[in-house]
Amino acid sequence: MDGKRLDTISERVDAAAVSAPDSIEDELELSTVRHRPEGLEQLEAQTRFSRKELQILYRGFKNECPSGVVNEDTFKEIYAQFFPQGDASTYAHFLFNAFDTDHNGSLSFEDFVMGLSILLRGTVQEKLNWAFNLYDINKDGYITKEEMLDIMKAIYDMMGKCTYPVLKEETPRQHVEVFFQKMDKNKDGVVTIDEFIDCCQNDENIMRSMHIFENVL
Amino acid sequence: MATGTAAWLPFARAAAIGWMPVASCPMPLAPRDNSKKKDELIMLNVSGRRFQTWRTTLDRYPDTLLGSSEKDFFYNEEAKEYFFDRDPDVFRSILNFYRTGKLHYPRQECISAYDEELTFFGIIPEIIGDCCYEEYKDRKRENLERLQDDQEDNKDMKLPNMTIRETMWRAFENPHTSTMALVFYYVTGFFIAISVITNVVETVPCGATPHHKNMPCGERYTVAFFCMDTACVMIFTVEYLLRLFAAPSRYRFMRSVMSIIDVVAILPYYIGLVMSNNEDVSGAFVTLRVFRVFRIFKFSRHSQGLRILGYTLKSCASELGFLLFSLTMAIIIFATVMFYAEKGSSSSKFTSIPASFWYTIVTMTTLGYGDMVPKTIAGKIFGSICSLSGVLVIALPVPVIVSNFSRIYHQNQRADKRRAQKKTRQARIRIAKSGSANAFLASKHHGLLNELLELTGTEEDEQKLIRNTSLLESQHHHLLHCLEKTTAHEFVDEHMFEQNCLEEALQSYPSRSPSVSSQGSCTICCCGSRSTSRNTALHIQSSQLAVHPSSRSNLNLRAEDGSRVNCKGGQVTTAIISLPSPPSLAPHREGRHHPHHPTTTTIRPSHRGEHPRSPRASRPPQAPHPPASSRCPPSDRSLSVDRNF
Repeated sequence: MDGKRLDTISERVDAAAVSAPDSIEDELELSTVRHRPEGLEQLEAQTRFSRKELQILYRGFKNECPSGVVNEDTFKEIYAQFFPQGDASTYAHFLFNAFDTDHNGSLSFEDFVMGLSILLRGTVQEKLNWAFNLYDINKDGYITKEEMLDIMKAIYDMMGKCTYPVLKEETPRQHVEVFFQKMDKNKDGVVTIDEFIDCCQNDENIMRSMHIFENVL
Repeated sequence: MATGTAAWLPFARAAAIGWMPVASCPMPLAPRDNSKKKDELIMLNVSGRRFQTWRTTLDRYPDTLLGSSEKDFFYNEEAKEYFFDRDPDVFRSILNFYRTGKLHYPRQECISAYDEELTFFGIIPEIIGDCCYEEYKDRKRENLERLQDDQEDNKDMKLPNMTIRETMWRAFENPHTSTMALVFYYVTGFFIAISVITNVVETVPCGATPHHKNMPCGERYTVAFFCMDTACVMIFTVEYLLRLFAAPSRYRFMRSVMSIIDVVAILPYYIGLVMSNNEDVSGAFVTLRVFRVFRIFKFSRHSQGLRILGYTLKSCASELGFLLFSLTMAIIIFATVMFYAEKGSSSSKFTSIPASFWYTIVTMTTLGYGDMVPKTIAGKIFGSICSLSGVLVIALPVPVIVSNFSRIYHQNQRADKRRAQKKTRQARIRIAKSGSANAFLASKHHGLLNELLELTGTEEDEQKLIRNTSLLESQHHHLLHCLEKTTAHEFVDEHMFEQNCLEEALQSYPSRSPSVSSQGSCTICCCGSRSTSRNTALHIQSSQLAVHPSSRSNLNLRAEDGSRVNCKGGQVTTAIISLPSPPSLAPHREGRHHPHHPTTTTIRPSHRGEHPRSPRASRPPQAPHPPASSRCPPSDRSLSVDRNF
């Protein structure tokens, strides 16, 4: 990818070839991986954020991750801070995969800002697309019941134990059933992107809630 | 919330769109961000050094000074910046906390200064990052110990109203508090030494006599040694009983190590008295005599080094335990090996494994007595391995113990040094404080002089006086004056107060006490002639007294007689701070009040009532006066206000 320059002191050592004397260098080099994003103009063109907004976003991002990239563990830590009562790691994992569009294991500022651009400034269609992408764990274009169950469990995990009414084992499953009943029009056990978008657009609640976070930035 | 969350909150909220399609209920409305002002740069001026940061950076921690509206109190309208009159170096760490979310402790800063800054800016020290937290806690603990040490030493000061029991206990614990205690300390030390020497000499062969062969002195001069022993045990018993009586918690005292040593030291004698001449148990009686050697441990009360050693061993218990354990393991291993290696040899001394223990111990500690020596080749090989490993195993825990001892020893040295320095430090501080008190008295003197000069003197002299007091001082003195007027008492200096105390205790003034009681105040007394020749900031002038009929100076007359005697020979040290020195005017002054600047002696003796000249704090005494020496409290007067108030 253009603009991605990796400054490393030594070559990235393959995991299999790591031996004891090399591990020190390994540590050294991991800490020096840096990433510089593309220029401001390019990002401005690619996203729907203004220059100022990009500046603010980048400053916050770089403050948190001075090396310019977020790896999954850091991402999980950060996300977990918002949900102190429950365990947000599973959901954070799914989120990470949804943001990490090029699947290279780390979130750069571009990924971050692209995702945000869709979520905050995108059309309803784009947002629904993004949500579908989040639910479709293996990115095969279909949401199966298992995938949905995983997502649902992850969401309920974030609630933690102390809830009212008390969370039962089968609550996520029931929730998935309800969801599938609503979304799966042809009852073939999977939800496709069209079914999903259609159904959501017909649902008032969902439509309304899509606009809630518009003034976040 | 940490910085991370603040910066990533928009992200988390945006990602919440992922829940929308699966939501079962409608979503609540989002809060509106009405304060849509742009993020601006804030200028923070800390003692001249300017820092700039975004407003949002500071807003991350709204419960601190900089993050809340509290900083508006420091806003400087003209310069449009926030001004803080604090240390700019420490402020760096504090601002970095806002920026990075981590608070670091700069190692070169003083811990209490740093703490103060944190408190000022409303940041709790617990959030110091892991990298610096340990250092912070260590320094803080050290500081606390140091302060505690100082406080403990303060407790040496004798509190009034101590019972006999408490006095005795204090005397036992700190021999330097009174002469009696010191005498007692030395006497017991002497007798311990005598006792130990007696025990040793008892066994020395004394030389042959016609009747008997060479026998130890103990059996030749039985009576003499018995008397010595009795005397020592008497002393020890008395000492033990006295300590038991004086101890604040007898049960705890009886359980303490020193008391057990005391008991063990004197018990054999009593047991011996009880079961003398009984042949069966005389063997046991002889064994008991061994315990007499424990008397030498009583020396640990007298020697600090011994105590430190004991304390070190106690604190290194785990290292010692490890040493012992590893040695035991090694001994067993090598003894077994040597036994089986030497089994073949004909006249081997290694008859059993326990017999080989002795050889192993002697070899591992590199003693090598040579009474047991391996003869086979295998035995010799294993023997050499044994001695080499012995050297290693023993050398390992020893440095730990040594370093522990060194640390504790140095700590003790430091404590002693501090205690020694403290006396001079306190003395200097006291001088400074009394200097400020004297300033007030001096100014009163000036005030009256002024009045006089208005009547008599020249313009110049008046000007000289006036110039010498700054506005701050004059305000302070006015305040003290108001206090005097409120309470209808006056401030006096220590010396005069002491004299008053003494005189009223010693003599009775039927004619004067009514005046005292009617006045209810002890006034400033006058002092005889005094002068210092040294390089002082204050010049102490003296003059003859002039009695003003309208003054409250009925006591002045009396005091004059007494004061002259007492003033002379008093010690004078220099006052350090620059006080307004009364210019040396004409030697004869018609002032009513002549404050005597005692410029206190350096050491405040702890013997109360013995040195009437020693400086004490003064307090306007109430009439009638209780006996002076036990009642004049040593506390500093309320006058010891910081001069720069």
